[in-house]
Amino acid sequence: MSWISDKKIERLRQAAEVPDLTGTHYRLLERVAHGGMGVVWLALDEKLDRRVALKVLDVTGEEEARILAKLEHPGIVPVHDVGRLADGRVFYAMKYIEGDRLDHHVSGIAGVPERLRIVLRICEAVAFAHARGVVHRDLKPENIMVGPFGEVLVMDWGVAEVAGTPGYMAPESTRDARADVYSLGAIIGFLIDGRPVGRHVGKPLRAIVEKATAEDPAARYKDVQALAADIAAYLDGLPVAAHPETWLDSTARFLQRHRLAVILVLAYAVVRLLIHIFFGA
Amino acid sequence: MKKVAYAVILGAILGALDGFSAAYEFGFGTKVLTLAGLSSIKSLVVGLAVGITAVYVRNKGVIIAVGTILALVFAYLVAAQPDPDTGEKYYAHIMGTGGLVGLIVGYATAKYSEERKMAS
Repeated sequence: MSWISDKKIERLRQAAEVPDLTGTHYRLLERVAHGGMGVVWLALDEKLDRRVALKVLDVTGEEEARILAKLEHPGIVPVHDVGRLADGRVFYAMKYIEGDRLDHHVSGIAGVPERLRIVLRICEAVAFAHARGVVHRDLKPENIMVGPFGEVLVMDWGVAEVAGTPGYMAPESTRDARADVYSLGAIIGFLIDGRPVGRHVGKPLRAIVEKATAEDPAARYKDVQALAADIAAYLDGLPVAAHPETWLDSTARFLQRHRLAVILVLAYAVVRLLIHIFFGA
Repeated sequence: MKKVAYAVILGAILGALDGFSAAYEFGFGTKVLTLAGLSSIKSLVVGLAVGITAVYVRNKGVIIAVGTILALVFAYLVAAQPDPDTGEKYYAHIMGTGGLVGLIVGYATAKYSEERKMAS
């Protein structure tokens, strides 16, 4: 009795995974990733002579591609084409994004405000999808691409049920829009703590993360727009809904926001005082 | 044009306040309104120049510099006029704070201009 080595099994598994694109106008170039519901390949669209990301689904339905095709938004990877392989599996061709995954890209972004502006772009795309009844269900830094010109694109929309990713997955079993709010909160947490940003993060931002990632879905932001509004308010130096302010906080925030104006007015008062002392009438 | 209006109004208000506080130095009397009025007109003109600069120039430093320098020049022209009663000239009283008012008007206008640009 002869045994098949693990190496051979792995090679057979990979060979079986390679889709047969006979009859299509695509040619496989390389395997890119294994996303939710299927494998993503880099392929050449021979008709248009351009590179595309080809996702071959493990399931046979075309529903995912059809729903994604309806999501036309600059922050969502566009679907160009959908088709079926000889073995019955469905594939769809998407724009191939040449950029960094957010988890890789983030180490090159020094400031918290710059990181939060990326989150705002993600929120825009997710809110757009929610408005069309599509929930991502597996938002995480690995599913977000940042292009060479700073474009932010959300990928891997698991329209069918997916398990989610520990750390970013909401604790409840039903996955609605508030589950995506939880994941976005976890992404903010990753962006401010996951890499050594080396600076103090204020209470309001902590409160935003805590509210977005609350265990109880009812205690979270009611939707992604509400979360985005709080992030935008934080970036503008305005009060955030997640963190009720005391008068001391308001004063500190005002002084922080208008510190140069305050310094100028104080300078005026000091100069006026000095004139009074040294050149008084 | 909003930038010009903003700078002119701010200049007039701060100039008037500067004039009132300068009058306090000399003691309240008939000079209060004259000083406040002169100072207000001076800063109004500075505000106008700063506002026009902000329309054409985006550089914050240039806008602030225009405000400060013009305010100092105008303050010098005012300070060079001797007090009709005592014959004294009050360079430090007028130029010290006058220059700061120009700096504040320049800074506030540059900031306002920046915020408008970000909002649009």
